[in-house]
Amino acid sequence: MKIAAARPANPAWERHRKRLLPYAYLSPTLTLLAVLTFIPIATVFLYSLVDNVIITRTPPVFVGLDNYVDVLTDRKFGGALRNTLYLAIASVIGHFILGLSFALLLNTRLIGAFPKALFRAIYILPWVFTASIIAILWRLLLNPHGVVNFLLIELGLTSQRIEWLSDRSVALQAVTFINIWAGYPFYMVSFLAGLQGIPDDLYEAAKVDGANGWQLFRFITLPQLKPIILSLAMLDFIWTTHQFTLIWMTTGGGPIRSTEVLSTFTYKAAFRSNEFSIASTLAMIILALSTIVAIFYVRNQRMTDE
Amino acid sequence: MIASPTRKRLAKILVFTALTGGACFAGLPVLWMIASSFKSNKQIFAYPPYLIDESFSFDAYQAVLTDPMQLRFFFNSYLVAILVTIATVIISILAGYSFSRYDFRFKKALNLIIIGVQSVPPITLMIPYFGLIVWLGLYNSYAALILTYMVFTLSYAIIMMTGYFNTLPRDLDEAVMIDGGGSFVTLWRILAPISLPGIVSVGVYTFMLAWNEFLFALTLTKTNDMRTVPIGIQLLMGQHSFEWNQMMAMSALGSLPVLILFLLFQRYFIAGMSAGSIKG
Repeated sequence: MKIAAARPANPAWERHRKRLLPYAYLSPTLTLLAVLTFIPIATVFLYSLVDNVIITRTPPVFVGLDNYVDVLTDRKFGGALRNTLYLAIASVIGHFILGLSFALLLNTRLIGAFPKALFRAIYILPWVFTASIIAILWRLLLNPHGVVNFLLIELGLTSQRIEWLSDRSVALQAVTFINIWAGYPFYMVSFLAGLQGIPDDLYEAAKVDGANGWQLFRFITLPQLKPIILSLAMLDFIWTTHQFTLIWMTTGGGPIRSTEVLSTFTYKAAFRSNEFSIASTLAMIILALSTIVAIFYVRNQRMTDE
Repeated sequence: MIASPTRKRLAKILVFTALTGGACFAGLPVLWMIASSFKSNKQIFAYPPYLIDESFSFDAYQAVLTDPMQLRFFFNSYLVAILVTIATVIISILAGYSFSRYDFRFKKALNLIIIGVQSVPPITLMIPYFGLIVWLGLYNSYAALILTYMVFTLSYAIIMMTGYFNTLPRDLDEAVMIDGGGSFVTLWRILAPISLPGIVSVGVYTFMLAWNEFLFALTLTKTNDMRTVPIGIQLLMGQHSFEWNQMMAMSALGSLPVLILFLLFQRYFIAGMSAGSIKG
């Protein structure tokens, strides 16, 4: 309005310009989103409805939902889905427990500012490393001749060397453990920010009423952190179901598919077997699962916003 | 209930013990990485293992830093991450300004879409990207990586930038507008300079996301001269039949940029980390 007053030359054009201005600022974003999100998703959806795409000699054939039937009745898909859910749920729980415990420890008034800062820096460390480096590092540590087995044997917890990443019965747990180690700092930092936002007088009032430490935690800390807990858990769930690098570089989905998750399964379908239709179908199913969780996430975000 | 001095001391000891235990859990693996990078490859699985043994040397670092191929991985990673960061920061400032200062049709819907993009699985986009990038003639190029990384860096960056602009009073830009400055001038001369902390957060976070990317780098590049550090580490695994000390040296070197950024900009980093879960 004020611009229009300053330049009275052509008010109609000014108004028009002003209305389009926000879109102009958004145009690079919208262009990128269209080219790199919407068109690709539409493409992958189309791929999932046909056979013979990308690397084929024969022309594509429309097959409707046949690919979906094929995938959903494939036992390997069921296994990958189960492993993905195991990894995601166990990771969310592990991240939550570690993240909250460390945040509570770091939030105590019992220790000085310097040790606190030092401990905080150490606790954030795993987050500094990229997934492929974390994978390599844990392959070293969990090697049958590695230091983890050495410690376990010395402590008398096991009598023989465990093949953490190549034994079907423990590989999924081992990978999940690595993922928990790699991801808790994100929770910790968010909880620390959340804890600092809880007003002191809430605790004071409860103490006057005779509440003990556990009650303070149960009836003040946890409810106050609830919105953060919910959004962290949902984001983490989505991200963990997308996890590819860590599994690809530790076990590659093996041994005998015991750590196969949806993303490694999809990758193999596309780039190992060149079954791009099946891979696209899998990709759409993963997208659908993520979207369901994302809807809850966005709803929760909006509620905490208002 | 007043805590007695002995009880308080006991609590203090307990807290310190727990903190130290946690620090071992978080820090020892990292310490082991660094220690292993100074060992000879023969000593990696020595029994019993020592943190530092007689094979201590900088050989592994020398091997990594004198190998032109591995240096190329680092160059590629830096180049791609820096260009992605610059592009993301500029585009997110423009978008954040629009979201923060204007009301327009579809604003809510667009905002939701941008939040929603965060939850699109990379693996879903991988297949069409492969086709798209080949079709555009960008397969095995920096442009392919920069373009595709931006999809994920942008949504975070825009959410963070919008949040930051929202904390700045509107009177500020209106004052400039009255003086005859257009909105573009207002944004770059007034808002952007005072938003430096927010921009740093966005930049640091974007750099990290780009530095760490794996899946697109794996599928959209083919030759070693286009590979980035995360992929390079994987290549090292097969190629040298497990030169563990070199892999650890490369891991340490590969983590250095993010570690330095983290130490320099801890505050901004944490702002960036929590922006995803607690909206700014």
